[in-house]
Amino acid sequence: MPARTRFDLKPGPATREAFGRTLVELGRENKDVVVCDADLSKSTMTTYFAKEFPDRFFSCGIAEANMVGVGAGLASAGKIPFVSSFSVFVMNKGFEQLRVCVAYPKLNVKVVGTHSGISIGEDGPSQMSVEETALACSLPGFVVLSPADEAATKALVRAAAAHIGPVFIRTGRPKAPIVYDAGQVFEIGKAIELIEGRDVAIIANGLLVAESIRAAEALEAEGISARVIDMHTVKPLDREAIRRAAEDTGAIVVAEEHLADGGLGVRVAQVVAETSPCPMEFVGIRDAYAESGQPGELMEKYGLVARDVAAAARKVVARKR
Amino acid sequence: MPRSVEELQDIAKRVRRDIVQMIGAAKSGHPGGSLSAVEILVELYFDFMRIDPKNPKWPDRDRFILSKGHAAPVLYAVMAEAGYADTPLDQLNTLRKLGSVYQGHPDVRFIPSLEASAGSLGEGLSLALGMGLAARLDGRPFRTYVLLGDGEIQEGQVWEAAMAGAFHKADNIVAIVDYNGIQLDGFVKDIMEVAPLAEKWRAFGWHAIEIDGHDLPSVRKALCEAESTKGKPTCIVAHTIKGKGVSFMENNPKFHGMAPTPAEVELALQELR
Repeated sequence: MPARTRFDLKPGPATREAFGRTLVELGRENKDVVVCDADLSKSTMTTYFAKEFPDRFFSCGIAEANMVGVGAGLASAGKIPFVSSFSVFVMNKGFEQLRVCVAYPKLNVKVVGTHSGISIGEDGPSQMSVEETALACSLPGFVVLSPADEAATKALVRAAAAHIGPVFIRTGRPKAPIVYDAGQVFEIGKAIELIEGRDVAIIANGLLVAESIRAAEALEAEGISARVIDMHTVKPLDREAIRRAAEDTGAIVVAEEHLADGGLGVRVAQVVAETSPCPMEFVGIRDAYAESGQPGELMEKYGLVARDVAAAARKVVARKR
Repeated sequence: MPRSVEELQDIAKRVRRDIVQMIGAAKSGHPGGSLSAVEILVELYFDFMRIDPKNPKWPDRDRFILSKGHAAPVLYAVMAEAGYADTPLDQLNTLRKLGSVYQGHPDVRFIPSLEASAGSLGEGLSLALGMGLAARLDGRPFRTYVLLGDGEIQEGQVWEAAMAGAFHKADNIVAIVDYNGIQLDGFVKDIMEVAPLAEKWRAFGWHAIEIDGHDLPSVRKALCEAESTKGKPTCIVAHTIKGKGVSFMENNPKFHGMAPTPAEVELALQELR
């Protein structure tokens, strides 16, 4: 598919909404798809599935550790369980169970975290998941996905269901700008180059994809040609796309709504170091918990908007000279 | 052709000898909690469960999960005696050695006939519930049994799963607590009291039965009662003796996680003749 040059980035449905809708479609297509939720189905949007398939929806109460174990048992007996809660709860409270009950025996459990990052807004840091990509990537055999918008979520939830093995999908609470046409093809582990560019490559996922597109458009006006890559699969990384970006541009920015420690950025940096070392800059949350506020205000305050991505790009371009 | 109690007792004695020898050879491991669970596992694998060791992936087989994964030797010995292809009897003494299928704790990567990997306490009941829910959804008749340690049930996840099992009316799962009264640091009552056990499970909505966990007919009777109990899961509180069958290991916290010396192995094998 040729790279697009124009994006309208209109507000679209939240990725959690796209997840909930897709789950219902999967439920209609495959009777082995089942869902576990921990008293948040009206927020994770598994409520749509629960309404249509009450027999295949297992309410687990506010008990994430048990929920993950139940999911593992269901998978062990041949089901395709989608285990869902806020990212912060399923990943932190269920981590030990994800490790021993799911990753270690490599069971076919799909973990979907909603309300990821700081863009949940007003509820504040106890509900804000800013470390779960690092945690998920530390589980051997896990596929880790971070879709940017509705179309990406629909396609990647389907890809996760078709994949045999454990998957974590990171979705968010707020409306997500529309990046993709409905027909866009997604493949686990295959990054998508959204904008061509020679001077710097911006590698992003989740909500930072749209911000990176905006940044690239601003940079273009300054004469900086920025490549934008959607790294929707954090694990396994598209090493070839990273190597090519490093070789072609010699300067890389990684942008994500996650702690800069342990997220997409450090994983990309590892591949850059192993393939074609070049200067890099990182847009992410710097060793801190955020606070309550409106999502947009928080993204601005914690340095996760187009302006921050563009500044990082200018800095890394200057460093290579 | 069902086995007589005498035959099952003979198997139990062989399993005890296997356990002592394999842990002795490994020079590390958990003899006490393996020996306390022998009759429970022998009754399940050699009498009660609908299983076919020659066809370990038969979809309708009953499932057994050793949630107290440190008692792996009793499970390995029972499966080896039962004739599973991936648990060779002549390799039991490779326990815990590099390259052995007999890992320190049960690991499905090495023994595919196992129903679950284990080793982190408190997780097996959740797995059992997931399997039970899947069975009910698919209309399959299999039942799932999970063995919990009495120290293990100090883990909060066990009670999350207990609540959920009753809520979902999972009458096709059975929890068996190996109530031997000892955990690593000492007696359960001194570390974190779990009594009154049967009452706790009843309060969580389970049918609870208390038995002598070394009396094979009692174990069988309790498993039958669990199977005929509808609308709620059953917990069998099996009163057992840690280190059962080896006089110097019985009720001795030291043998929770300590291997017998070669001399102690010889002594134990004399007692288990």
